[in-house]
Amino acid sequence: MLPGARRPGTIAGFPPGGGGGREGGVAKRSGDPAPAEPGPAGVGDIVRMVDEEGRLLVKKPPLPDERVVELYRHMVRARRFDARMLKLQRQGRMGTFAPCFGQEAAQVGSIAACTPRDWFVPSFRETAAALYRGATMRGILLYAMGLEEGAMVPEGARDIPISIPVGGQSSHAVGLAWAMKMKKEKAGAIVYFGDGATSEGIVHESMNFAGVLGLGVLFLCQNNQWAISTPRRQQAAAVPLADRARAYGFPGVQVDGNDLLAVWSVCELAMRRARGGEGATLVEAVTYRRGVHTTADDPRVYRSEEEEKSWERKDPLDRTRKYLEARGAWDAKREEALEAEVDAEMQVEVQAAEDYRASSVNPLEMFEFVYGTMPPYLKQQRDEAEEAFRGRNVVVGASAPWKPGGAAAVGQLEEAPEEPGR
Amino acid sequence: MSGSPNNLTMVEALNRALAEELERDPRVMLLGEDVGVDGGVFRVTKGLQERFGKDRVVDTPLAEACIVGASVGLAIGGMVPVCEMQFSGFMNFAYGQIQPHMSRFLSRTRGQRRIPVVVRAPSGGGIRALEHHCESEEMSYVSVPGLVVLMPSGPRTAYGLMKAAIRTAEPTIFFEPKSIYRAFREEVPVDGDPYPIGKAEVVREGGDLTVVTWGAMVRRCCEAAETGAGIEIVDLLTLKPMDPETVMQSVKKTGRCLVVHEAPRTGGLAGEIFARISEREDVFYSLRAPLARVASFDVPYPLFARENAYLPDADRIAAGMKKTLAA
Repeated sequence: MLPGARRPGTIAGFPPGGGGGREGGVAKRSGDPAPAEPGPAGVGDIVRMVDEEGRLLVKKPPLPDERVVELYRHMVRARRFDARMLKLQRQGRMGTFAPCFGQEAAQVGSIAACTPRDWFVPSFRETAAALYRGATMRGILLYAMGLEEGAMVPEGARDIPISIPVGGQSSHAVGLAWAMKMKKEKAGAIVYFGDGATSEGIVHESMNFAGVLGLGVLFLCQNNQWAISTPRRQQAAAVPLADRARAYGFPGVQVDGNDLLAVWSVCELAMRRARGGEGATLVEAVTYRRGVHTTADDPRVYRSEEEEKSWERKDPLDRTRKYLEARGAWDAKREEALEAEVDAEMQVEVQAAEDYRASSVNPLEMFEFVYGTMPPYLKQQRDEAEEAFRGRNVVVGASAPWKPGGAAAVGQLEEAPEEPGR
Repeated sequence: MSGSPNNLTMVEALNRALAEELERDPRVMLLGEDVGVDGGVFRVTKGLQERFGKDRVVDTPLAEACIVGASVGLAIGGMVPVCEMQFSGFMNFAYGQIQPHMSRFLSRTRGQRRIPVVVRAPSGGGIRALEHHCESEEMSYVSVPGLVVLMPSGPRTAYGLMKAAIRTAEPTIFFEPKSIYRAFREEVPVDGDPYPIGKAEVVREGGDLTVVTWGAMVRRCCEAAETGAGIEIVDLLTLKPMDPETVMQSVKKTGRCLVVHEAPRTGGLAGEIFARISEREDVFYSLRAPLARVASFDVPYPLFARENAYLPDADRIAAGMKKTLAA
C-alpha cells in the first residue's frame, strides 16, 4: 500500500490530474539517463519504487518478497511464451500476433492488483496479463493459429476476449463497472489500452462516462511510446497522458511501467477505489514496446537501434530480478529451474494446439453461434457449404514462412522481393 | 517478372497515381495513420512524405473519425484530401462522419459545398490476417446516397481509378482489395489518364453466361472460367454509381447471369443487380436460367484458419458457373 493518508475521491498523494510521487517516500524520477517520457522533459512526476539497478527507492517495499517472486515468475513465463510465439510465427506455424515484449511489469503488476471478482478487459497485447488471469497457452496459440476456439475465456473467469479495434473495449469496461454498481458488488474493471488509443474518441467518451457515473474503472494506459510507427509525441500534445484524468474528474497517475512494485502499488490503490465505490482512475504506465507492433511490422523503418538499446537498460525483468537477487530471494539456479519449467509447459501446450489444428478443425464450425438458434436460411447455407467442401481441404494450416523486411500490415502480405536488374 | 519500369504491382500503381496527383495539384494531400514515415502498413504511400514533405503527407493521431471529419473540413477549406483508413474494418469508427456529414454536405447546402475527399481503405480477405482486418464492407457505403464507391481489380484499374477519385469533386470511397496488392503486375503508364468513374469493363468475352464481379474476385472468376467456353466476365469497378448498361447488354446477350462477391450473401450487391435485371423488361425476358450468385456465407468473417471456407473459391465459383450454364 502506498504511504500517506487516503482521502475520499483522490489517491493519497496524487491530486486529481496531477502526477504522483510528491509525498510519503515515493521517489521522483531522478538522474535518469534517458527520460522515460520522450516529450518535453521534467513535466509531471512519475511514481517509481525500484531503479534500473534493482535498488529500492522507498523506505519499505510494498510487497513481501515471496509475492514479488510469484509475480516475477509470471513475468518470466509470459516473456518466454511471447518469444516462443514469435519463433512459431517466423517458422510459419501460426499467424500474426502482437508481442508483449518489454511490457511485462506493466501488465503483471496491474493485473495482480485485481481480484478474480474484478473484470479484465484487454486490448490485443496483454498476453502477460491474460496468462496471469488463467488463460491457457494453448488457447492463446489457437487464436493465433486462426481458430475461434482460442478466443474462449477461462471457464467462470470475469474476462472478455481480446479486442482489436483500437480503444473500443474501454466502453465495455464502463458497462461492466456500471453493472457491478447496479448489482452492489464490490468489484471493479480494469481496461488496457495504449498511448495510440488515447486519440480515439471512444476512449474519451468512456472516461467521461466513468467520471460522470462514478464508476469503478481502472483505465490502464500502457504508454509504450509507439503506435505502430507513430511516436508518443506525435500522438498527443498533452504531457503526461495521465493529466487528462483532470478533465474527467478523477485522479490520474503516471507510473514507471517497467517498475513492478510501483505499478502494483498504484493499481492496487486504484482497484481498491474502484471496488469501494470511489470511482475511476487513469494510470499511465510508461513503458516500451521492445519488439514489433505485430509480427508483420518492421520497426527498423521508423525507429533507431540506439533508442531500442536505451530501453533495454530499463528492462522490467532485469530490474525485478536484480531487486530480488539483492534481497537474497532469487538466484541463477532458481532462474534456470523456472525456465526449464516454463519450457516444459510450452512444449505440451504447443503440441496440444498443433495437434488440435491438425486433427480437429471443422470448417462448418463457422456457422455456429452466429445466432443463439440457427435460423433456417443459415442451416441451408451450412448444408450447401458441406456439399461444397466434400473431399477438399478448406482449412488453412500454418501461414507461409516469414521473410524479413516485410510490410508492417498484419497478415502475410510481404513486400514484393526486389527482382534482379531492377 | 518486372521487365519494364512500368510493369507494376497494385501497390506500386497506387503509389504512382498518388505521387502524380500530389505533383499535379498542390491542393492534394495525404493523411492517415502511419502513411508518412512508415509509408503505410502496406507501403502504398512509401517515399511520398520524403518527396512531398510532412505538410502534405501527414501521420495523424490514431483516430479514424477525425481523419475523415478533418478531411471534410480540409475539403471545404479548399484542399483535396486523400485519407487512409488503415483497414476497412476500422472505417466503422469513421462511419459517423462518412454517412451523416461527408455524403450529405452537397445536398444540405443545395450544391454550395462540394466535398472532394477520397477515403482509401484496404479491404477484403484472403491474406491470413487478424480479426477485423478482412471484411468486405462495400454495402455499408453503396447504400449511402451521395457517395462514389470504387473497387479496382488490379494495378491498371487501381492507377486509373485513383486518379479519377482524386479529380472528381464527389466524396469517394476507394476500396483496395488487399489480397491482390502484390499478386500480379500490369503495365501502368506514366502520367496516364484517369479511368472513368461509372464504367464497367468486359474482361473476358463469351456468349453463354455473364459473370458480374469486382475487386479480387475478378481474377478468381477468370481462373474459374478458364476451362469453360462461353463465359463473359464483367468487372464492375464502380460499385456506385454503377454502370448498368454494360451488365444489361451482356445479360441480354447471354441470357444467364451469375454474380460473385466477397461480401456476405444477404444484403450483397448481387441483390441490387438482380433487381435491376428484373426491372428491365427486355433483359428479364431474355433470361434462360435463374439468376444465381456465389458469395461469402452469412457468418462473421472467420479467423484465418477457416477463411478459405468462407470466401468464394475457384471451386465454388466454377460449380456456380456450371450449374447456371446447365439450367
